[in-house]
Amino acid sequence: MTAAPPPQVLRAPLVVEFPFTRSLGPVQSAFLTGLRERVVLGVRTGDGRVMVPPVEYDPVTAEEIRELVEVAPAGTVTTWAWNGDPRPQQPLATPFAWVLVRLDGADTAILHALDAPGPDAVRTGMRVRIRWAADRTGAITDITCFEPEENGGDGGDGGAATPHDGAFADPVTGIVAEARLDYTYSPGRAQTAYINALAERRTVGERCPSCHKVYVPPRGACPTCGVATTDRVEVGPAGTVTTYCIVNIKARNLDIEVPYVYAHIALDGADLALHGRIGGIPYDQVRMGLRVEPVWTDGGRYPDHYRPTGEPDADYDAYKELI
Amino acid sequence: MPRTSRYARDVAVVAFAQSDHLRRTDELSEVEMVMPVLHEVLAATGLKAGEIGFTCSGSSDYLAGRAFSFTMTLDGVGAWPPISESHVEMDGAWALYEAWVKIQTGEADTALVYSYGKSSPGSVRDVLTRQLDPYYLAPLWPDSVALAALQARALIDAGETDEAALGAIAARSRAAAEDNPHAQLRGDVPRGEYQVAPLRTGDCPPIGDGVAAVVLAAGDTARRLCGRPAWITGIDHRIEAHGLGLRDLTDSPSTRLAAERAGLFEAPVDTAELHAPFSSQEVVLRKALGLAEGDAVAVNPSGGALAANPVMAAGLIRIGEAAARIHRGASDRAVAHATSGPCLQQNLVAVLEGDPA
Ligand SMILES: [Zn+2]
Repeated sequence: MTAAPPPQVLRAPLVVEFPFTRSLGPVQSAFLTGLRERVVLGVRTGDGRVMVPPVEYDPVTAEEIRELVEVAPAGTVTTWAWNGDPRPQQPLATPFAWVLVRLDGADTAILHALDAPGPDAVRTGMRVRIRWAADRTGAITDITCFEPEENGGDGGDGGAATPHDGAFADPVTGIVAEARLDYTYSPGRAQTAYINALAERRTVGERCPSCHKVYVPPRGACPTCGVATTDRVEVGPAGTVTTYCIVNIKARNLDIEVPYVYAHIALDGADLALHGRIGGIPYDQVRMGLRVEPVWTDGGRYPDHYRPTGEPDADYDAYKELI
Repeated sequence: MPRTSRYARDVAVVAFAQSDHLRRTDELSEVEMVMPVLHEVLAATGLKAGEIGFTCSGSSDYLAGRAFSFTMTLDGVGAWPPISESHVEMDGAWALYEAWVKIQTGEADTALVYSYGKSSPGSVRDVLTRQLDPYYLAPLWPDSVALAALQARALIDAGETDEAALGAIAARSRAAAEDNPHAQLRGDVPRGEYQVAPLRTGDCPPIGDGVAAVVLAAGDTARRLCGRPAWITGIDHRIEAHGLGLRDLTDSPSTRLAAERAGLFEAPVDTAELHAPFSSQEVVLRKALGLAEGDAVAVNPSGGALAANPVMAAGLIRIGEAAARIHRGASDRAVAHATSGPCLQQNLVAVLEGDPA
């Protein structure tokens, strides 16, 4: 590895979003529905302890646990950490304390934010209570945060857990867990060279120094030999359709009339087929062995599609190893 | 011969290699970053990729935001035609465990284990929130520093440490890293401002990209490949409940149990490589492993994860660093530890021993 990046590292924003839809099961459903109704539920474990937030299986014995109890919306801080610079998706936008809080009636602690004016106002053992969100949907964020309890003092325990049947009208049975992560993507040495060549409407692969195969697009390594591909080799521009499929379903955000043909194309001089759309020929006349060439559009950073060259079809033996 | 033999086969770490750990490696793809380290570790044994019985890697697609990135790095192994291979979405220490099991079954005599983390394209503090419980924790985005800070506060409240002692752990680690050419942070590193109090910048690991690889071998093969094999005389991993509020954050019963199962307490060690990304976590691990301050054990002579913390590789590096000390005769019996999950939730302990001189 070299310490300093060369001057022309390509960069592009990359956003990964994964909104998983998750079902809750009976215990988590009761807990999150309870939050919507401003009721905090726990579950009794095999050894009689009250766990808040509750889960469906005993953390020690792994036995199914279902005995729900209601605990207080106030409790005691068991540990805390001052977050002076909140990150974008955290519960509060202003500086706050992360806290673990043992609610009155519970034997375990729940993680959340504590809204406090500064670290001097927070200490282990302080009394806090839940600040409920105005709009509640049945999610952990129905708790906006904790806030210091007025005249709270330290320690104390405001009560015991009471039995609860966990039944609510219109229970929440699932959540959509939104997540978005932002990255800055850099393609690395081999793919940077490939992309830079494409900008000049050239297709440049890399040859393995050991087995001499030419990889297009290059990934930087020969998967057969496990060594870096080093020599740059310009391939094409024409190539041969090695195999293809007919696409009949219109893709979202893609302005291409269906049906159309998507093909594996072995560019002349390449030992690996790349893929691209075939145009300039009716979809039902595309065939294996068809000779094609790239069609570039103004401002395009890669070939828009490939069209027939008009040459005779390639002999099967010429491309059978590349299928 | 290993001092103790509790397993079917004697298996040793026979080679270790790692990259320089850097804040950014924008000019390299993941396979381009991994490949030189694979070549280096194989060259140390004289084995060719095709002579390896089993290959296992550890990495996480979330770090660089690239789906199935481990299949791309397999190109660097020479995995075509298909080899016997596996992957864990965990630190490479767990890939090593899988490879060790594979050798124990008799299906392989040698294994290549590697792992890598390319954290630079994303925001690793936020990325790591995605490993948390999706119902109660992940929606709050509690980042890795915040959770470690809750643990640090619990330790301070319990009288187990204080901020000055945490600063001293960080300083000792970066001073030790002066002798580690691969380290990302070494020497005099300021304690810095609070990131999430009570943890300061200096109590937190550097963020960076890096790679590690080891070769495992059994019995006579190990003796043939390495002058002084680092025999794995014990290895075990244990996990605790996911909910932080269920755990005593000032202790690590899973580490202690894994250490017992690995035979750590049967004889003294001279070296401990502990995977403690945060200064406060070394306090917890020392307690669980019975390593008092000031005794003769060299704790993190490499500088540990406070000097270089390529996520997914930093645990494997602990095993590799401990083994390398045995290889060069600087240690006779060492303990290596790897962790995964928030606040030391899951822990692996390996005991490594060299043959008497
Ligand atoms: Zn090759």
